[in-house]
Amino acid sequence: MSKKLLSGPYIVWMVGFTLIPLALIVFYGLTDKAGAFTLENIMAIAQPERLNALLRSLKLSLVSTAICLVLAYPLAMILKSLKVGRGSFIVFIFILPMWMNFLLRTMAWQTLLDHNGVINNILRFFNLPELKIINTQAAIIFGMVYNFLPFMVLPIYNVLVKIGDDTVEAARDLGANSVQTFFRVILPLSMPGVISGITMVFVPALTTFVISDLLGGGMILLIGNVIEQEFTFTTNWNLGSGLSLVLMVFILISMAILAKYDKEGEGAAF
Amino acid sequence: MNPSLIRLEGVSKTFDNTKVLDELDLSIKENEFMTLLGPSGCGKTTTLRIIGGFEKPDTGKVYFDGKDITGAAPNKRPLNTVFQKYALFSHMNIAENIAFGLKIKGKSKSYIDDKIKYALKLVNLDGFEKRSVASLSGGQQQRIAIARAIVNEPKVLLLDEPLGALDLKLRQDMQYELIRLKNELGITFVYVTHDQEEALTMSDTIVVMNQGYIQQMGTPEDIYNEPENAFVADFIGDSNIIDGLMLKDELVEMFGVRFPCVDKGFGTNQPVDVVIRPEDVELLEPGKGSLEGVVSHLIFKGVHYEMEVMAGGFEWLVHSTSCFPVGTNVSIHVDPFNIQIMKKPESEDEEAVGVNE
Amino acid sequence: MIGRFFKRFYLATIFVFLYAPIAALMVLSFNSSKYMSKWTGFSLTWYEQLFSSELIMSALRNTLVIALLSALIATVIGTAACLGINHMKKVPRTLMMGMNNIPLMNADIVTGISLMLCFIAFGVSLGFGTVLIAHITFNIPYVVLSVMPKVKQTEKSTYEAALDLGASPLKAFFKVVFPDILPGVLSGFLLAFTMSLDDFIITHFTKGAGINTLSTLIYSEVRKGIKPSLYALSTILFLAVLILLVIGNLPKKKNHEAIKER
Repeated sequence: MSKKLLSGPYIVWMVGFTLIPLALIVFYGLTDKAGAFTLENIMAIAQPERLNALLRSLKLSLVSTAICLVLAYPLAMILKSLKVGRGSFIVFIFILPMWMNFLLRTMAWQTLLDHNGVINNILRFFNLPELKIINTQAAIIFGMVYNFLPFMVLPIYNVLVKIGDDTVEAARDLGANSVQTFFRVILPLSMPGVISGITMVFVPALTTFVISDLLGGGMILLIGNVIEQEFTFTTNWNLGSGLSLVLMVFILISMAILAKYDKEGEGAAF
Repeated sequence: MNPSLIRLEGVSKTFDNTKVLDELDLSIKENEFMTLLGPSGCGKTTTLRIIGGFEKPDTGKVYFDGKDITGAAPNKRPLNTVFQKYALFSHMNIAENIAFGLKIKGKSKSYIDDKIKYALKLVNLDGFEKRSVASLSGGQQQRIAIARAIVNEPKVLLLDEPLGALDLKLRQDMQYELIRLKNELGITFVYVTHDQEEALTMSDTIVVMNQGYIQQMGTPEDIYNEPENAFVADFIGDSNIIDGLMLKDELVEMFGVRFPCVDKGFGTNQPVDVVIRPEDVELLEPGKGSLEGVVSHLIFKGVHYEMEVMAGGFEWLVHSTSCFPVGTNVSIHVDPFNIQIMKKPESEDEEAVGVNE
Repeated sequence: MIGRFFKRFYLATIFVFLYAPIAALMVLSFNSSKYMSKWTGFSLTWYEQLFSSELIMSALRNTLVIALLSALIATVIGTAACLGINHMKKVPRTLMMGMNNIPLMNADIVTGISLMLCFIAFGVSLGFGTVLIAHITFNIPYVVLSVMPKVKQTEKSTYEAALDLGASPLKAFFKVVFPDILPGVLSGFLLAFTMSLDDFIITHFTKGAGINTLSTLIYSEVRKGIKPSLYALSTILFLAVLILLVIGNLPKKKNHEAIKER
């Protein structure tokens, strides 16, 4: 049928600009500058400074994902419980910051948290002890949670609103109290949303180099910073590609773990 | 005979300034199949949800077995509900769905397994334990919803239009199935529907509701044969509802013609509503009956012919096994005991013939 | 009662967390002092400086042109793809959707690097064109994601009815099928447009020297030290987004209600 031809441009584009570039990363990652096969670029992750950056990235992204989840789930529950007309406006308010430029949002936190920033000025005014948070890992977590929170709220909210009132009522009717109803019915039914929320927060948090750059003062290196520098400063593409491959392995592992819990594959943010 | 198991006293409920139930009193006996029947928005589902504990009445009390349960949460009530859209838990298989209530109560695994087997057998779905909810047809899901409710051995089963989503044939089969189930379980069923045929087929008692009021309560025969007002007559089956004048006991005037009837106690020269079922209108040769008319429409319905007869300026609906072609001159006769006299409604609230389905 | 209080308190807390930084930027954008530590009076200096900065204005132009073009091209390619994929058998269809997921799931940094490597390896010099190609690449999956459900929903019978009533296939498509999937196409376009506006990482790797979008410009400026004219920019962008979304959401809401009433 000729109708299938309609997807021709798509296939060409995706092969040309997604699959071939990815293949190139694999190629560069597994060769040296002369083009000979080597595992050196991969093994380079074992160097202490890079290994530390990777571990730090894992730690910070796990912590921020956990914080986002803990903050977002109750928020999504509350948003669901609002009456429809007013609810949609309030939901709108809570995802609005998502549409603001990512860098400006991060810059905003820099302004707030700086030694001479807004928060410290207010604290100083009331003679309270100052906050020494900028250029620490805590500041990076702040930035991650702030930037990625809406990405956690939205998928969870979308799944929660699809759970019918009658399903919840059926659980109550069969003798479950509100706590049992939550853990046996609502939470399991909302897992697809939770999973997709975790993916949408964890992956960008794990790979970011902007937040650590702006809120960590360039002193706290994450794996994203290490890779970015290989491409923009030292221009060792082979090494950078090798490290990217390592990073991709971690993303794939986390996705595989999450996919096990998301059998239905229903979780979608949009 | 049977003591009353559930009692509603003066129950009122208002949603968004609309009064859905107004001072409703209702008593449901043990082991009764009671049907709440009425058009959508009549308050029948709200009544059921108040009994189930999903809505709190604004005023009034709900008693179960003499105990006040008005404020009790749904999980604290000894009754279970079969929901309109089944409300099965899609993340669990069939066995897990059925076991839900029993697990909450902390029953032993062997007890639960036995119960699941028993319940699946009862609803004719043996061997479905491991199936997923999505793999079941609507009728099967309905049976599982019933099984899930009855394993908890409720004293009362509440059913909210459970057959509404099924096709006609399946609906008829399920009606017999439900009667069988009720007899086997020996518990009370409270059934909500807008389908008068369902109500007539299954119920011990029918409660006809409209606009938050009970219009009539009685056995299916009572409701069908002796509707108390025009709404009930119109809602249950087809009927001719005619403005009449009660001249005296046992004599009513319609279209200027006097008809003998069997009703008494309406006073003299009182305007009344007269109900005559279409199958009770007899068509005779011209001049042999009480009122002359002409056949204006004719449809063959299988069991009978449905005709419309223009007589006295009124379109009479007539069901008959004999056929009178359109244009035939006929004479209408009605036996006195087939004429049902009803008081004219006093207030607008009571009238409410607006059946908006 | 306690539950309701807790709900409101929780909503309010998160609200403050989300909006405090934005509010702070807005206030500071009107501060006459260059330093954020002191409020020295109301002034519009930073707005003047913003609009007179050729650097920022050209970055703004680039951002808008790239967002518009990439969203448009991605919408055309993506919508056509959905129509084609819908006619495929199960295996190629799953394969197509799997390919669609790669850029969505992949980290932006990897996508950016891979594209940069690809351009350089094939001798394409980095600039406006490469940024545009990169944006189209990551926009297509979003379009496919929004259009695909609508395409699946469309009834084959309505298209066939149009043919039966004498419409040519092309006419039947534009008169019957397209109106059905239009909401998906529009939301795909808008999603692509905003994703493109917001992108930094992929642009960072594919832009080369001499061209900036707002995101890359902000990045380099902030690394040098925050400039108050960026506060003014934030304020304007936030208000623009707010107004656009409010306008965009009004008719959509009506649609939803109409669907519900059916």
